[in-house]
Amino acid sequence: MELDSKAPTGPIETRWDRHRFNLKLVNPANKRKHTIIVVGTGLAGGSAAATLAELGYNVKCFCFQDSPRRAHSIAAQGGINAAKNYRNDGDSIYRLFYDTVKGGDFRSRESNVYRLAQISVNIIDQCVAQGVPFAREYSGYLDNRSFGGAQVSRTFYARGQTGQQLLLGAYQALERQIGAGQVEMHPRTEMLDLIVIDGKARGIVTRDLLTGKIESHLAEAVVLGTGGYGNLYYLSTNAKGSNATAIWRAHKRGALFANPCFTQIHPTCIPVSGEYQSKLTLMSESLRNDGRVWVPLKKGDKRPPYQIPENERDYYLERRYPSFGNLVPRDVASRNAKAVCDEGRGVGESGLAVFLDFRDAIERLGKHVIRERYGNLFDMYQRITGEDPYEVPMRIYPAIHYAMGGLWVDYNLMSTIAGLYVLGEANFSDHGANRLGASALMQGLADGYFVLPNTINDYLATTKLEKVDASHPAVREAETQVTCVTKRLLDIRGTRSVDSYHRELGKLLWEYCGMARTAEGLKYALSKIPEMRERFWSDVKVLGNGEELNQSLEKAGRVADFFELAELLCIDALHRNESCGGHFREEYQTPEGEAARDDQNYSYVAAWEFRGVGNPPELHQEPLEFEYVHPTQRSYK
Amino acid sequence: MRIVLHIWRQRNANDKGRMARYEVPNVNQEMSFLEMLDVLNEDLIARNEEPVAFDHDCREGICGMCGCMVNGVAHGPQPGTTLCQLHMRHFKDGDELYLEPWRARAFPVVKDLVVDRGAFDRLVAVGGFISATTGCAPDGNAILVPKEKAELSMDAAACIGCGACVAMCPNASASLFMGAKLAHLGLLPQGQPERYGRVAAMVAQAKAERFGACTNIGECEAVCPKEIKLEVIARMNRDFLKGSWTGRGALRDDAEEVSKKPLAGSRR
Repeated sequence: MELDSKAPTGPIETRWDRHRFNLKLVNPANKRKHTIIVVGTGLAGGSAAATLAELGYNVKCFCFQDSPRRAHSIAAQGGINAAKNYRNDGDSIYRLFYDTVKGGDFRSRESNVYRLAQISVNIIDQCVAQGVPFAREYSGYLDNRSFGGAQVSRTFYARGQTGQQLLLGAYQALERQIGAGQVEMHPRTEMLDLIVIDGKARGIVTRDLLTGKIESHLAEAVVLGTGGYGNLYYLSTNAKGSNATAIWRAHKRGALFANPCFTQIHPTCIPVSGEYQSKLTLMSESLRNDGRVWVPLKKGDKRPPYQIPENERDYYLERRYPSFGNLVPRDVASRNAKAVCDEGRGVGESGLAVFLDFRDAIERLGKHVIRERYGNLFDMYQRITGEDPYEVPMRIYPAIHYAMGGLWVDYNLMSTIAGLYVLGEANFSDHGANRLGASALMQGLADGYFVLPNTINDYLATTKLEKVDASHPAVREAETQVTCVTKRLLDIRGTRSVDSYHRELGKLLWEYCGMARTAEGLKYALSKIPEMRERFWSDVKVLGNGEELNQSLEKAGRVADFFELAELLCIDALHRNESCGGHFREEYQTPEGEAARDDQNYSYVAAWEFRGVGNPPELHQEPLEFEYVHPTQRSYK
Repeated sequence: MRIVLHIWRQRNANDKGRMARYEVPNVNQEMSFLEMLDVLNEDLIARNEEPVAFDHDCREGICGMCGCMVNGVAHGPQPGTTLCQLHMRHFKDGDELYLEPWRARAFPVVKDLVVDRGAFDRLVAVGGFISATTGCAPDGNAILVPKEKAELSMDAAACIGCGACVAMCPNASASLFMGAKLAHLGLLPQGQPERYGRVAAMVAQAKAERFGACTNIGECEAVCPKEIKLEVIARMNRDFLKGSWTGRGALRDDAEEVSKKPLAGSRR
């Protein structure tokens, strides 16, 4: 398979403009003749559904939660980047582009990233117009803060609830279209298969989570904005319901899956407290602006933090990376936390935590300023741990947070299945091997508000689509497939719960395909996963029936997909014999212990083709070229 | 520690429902409330009993999906805390807790502790937005927002739409929810053009959804996990009155039709 990225060439500043001009348009009167399915209502899906409806398309929109406003974008805390240069501190579109390519460790597509940086400025404008209550200066102008991986202040924020406010903006725009009858909304409905006819995505099969009804929905194009697959690891910062089912089932229908091993570990999460732990809570990395990360110099020093004098503390990020200090990118911060804990200098009961200390910031700025900046995060920390971070330093540890990998898409955000578009975290395109803070919100909204609504017209205008109805054999086949899998899960009646299997898989992956990976460990994981998967399929216990709300059944379907995706993740991690971004292979590091990339052999996107469960997938490569930002060893020293 | 739970079990909307008693013998005080329910459910599955259905998603107190009555109080005893952020260290060994779903005519029970809050979406769909079509916006700094207004707006915008306010209100009124949305948008310069039409449309829809009226009892504010203040209801009432007296709150031409149309979540 030839992977044609359709990325424009020529001067990078004008690529998107020229490309947009070359795309065919659909005239307003014809738009209402087209139906587009949007799955997922987060920043990407929600903004796309609203915008497509505004343009005049008929939109059918789906989410598994009870309301489109629940999507997990809502939990993003810190902010959203935009190259506005309101601070006059040397920022520009080019700098945001540069930072993102470099931050992604040179594994992303330059054209896409430049476009993202360009569009970032429109996103802020759009969100302000919708009434997103961004933080303001006393003058009434928009406020900014700095964020990990950048030396300029380009992050816009709404307290520690930026994701919530941006999502509510998109949700309200979506509800406006629902009210206008332009969007047909299906909450509590899960996509379980993709309908492909003549090589083109023409619809989806869904299950109504309340009635169990399995139904087909047909359309001229399908858009997936269904988020990432971090929940594969069981413990992650994702919502409990976040899943890979939509993208995985599309993958099984022919969409290539790109760079699955690029998963991001977030450095500042609340540490695990016990076996019953159901998820991990992230503390925004904006905290690293004012908090200082440290561990005791001595191994096993169990004194309370404020009894440890200054000269017996190791502010290891400031020491190792004097120019970026506590603001090094996420992958670097995470690996260093693991390293000091591995040395036996971790803190807290488990020894798997480091301090994030606000003492100096409180002395410098006063408690009220810290409260204004991070009040809700401090409250959240106290609620969970029972400790007051104004008085004692926070304890933090890295956790799985984001998936840079996802379905392969071209510059138009179309996957390798014609008419199937993938947006936001669900695709692979913009963050390379590591995402910078405050860039996920930017990408989700860029894709949904501004990229897809421009590119999808071209497909609809130039593609001849036969009329299909529910009696088409491909539709029947997909429906039967879904019905069978559902029935099979219910019929097993084994001995162990879905969660117990999910936890087992998560532990294995965190151990062998988490923050640091080795060929040996990955091979071990690859030997265990098929065996676990087999046990799952013969021994999982799903009670109840399929004709009503059955949360175990929903989970079972998602975990079944995780078992397959986990294998691909490890295969990809094993094949990529280099360290880059979130993918750290212990065999490949510089003498100082930093990630050692291999641009000679691995400067490509690894896009995998499904070949049946348990069969080795086929690798396709999209070579990456860097005309503007030349690959260098990333240095934050 | 050991916790005794009495949980509302109801198979579906048509089932009569009943309280069922369970014991969770091995509760760790670092657990969240929902993690305790996870432990109970694992135990039920092991005994071949169907697990308790409850809504939850982010477990960070922001998605608004979780919530039930704990001993008659929405989201339980800790102020400013969603059920998922409530931790067991606030309970004692041997405590008996009664868990019930949100009770309100506008929120029919789906199963066990799960209710249908589609009415909230429909309140937003009739006017809880600023009509800013993608692409139309001027530069972000072209619209100045006084810091004080932005902060007040953000206070209201923090609403997570969980429904605790409705569940706790003796009238099952949605006034705090609506007031929060109206204050969020109505305090900002961007929200002014549609300000009075917005309140008229939402109030009319609330009536159609059979939410009760507000009688200033304040239970909503007391249980709101985001600590939204009653003030937003006063603001809503003032805007509603002002709009109806001045004629500026006339429903949009299409509003009446909109409220008759089936909207999000109304397919059931």
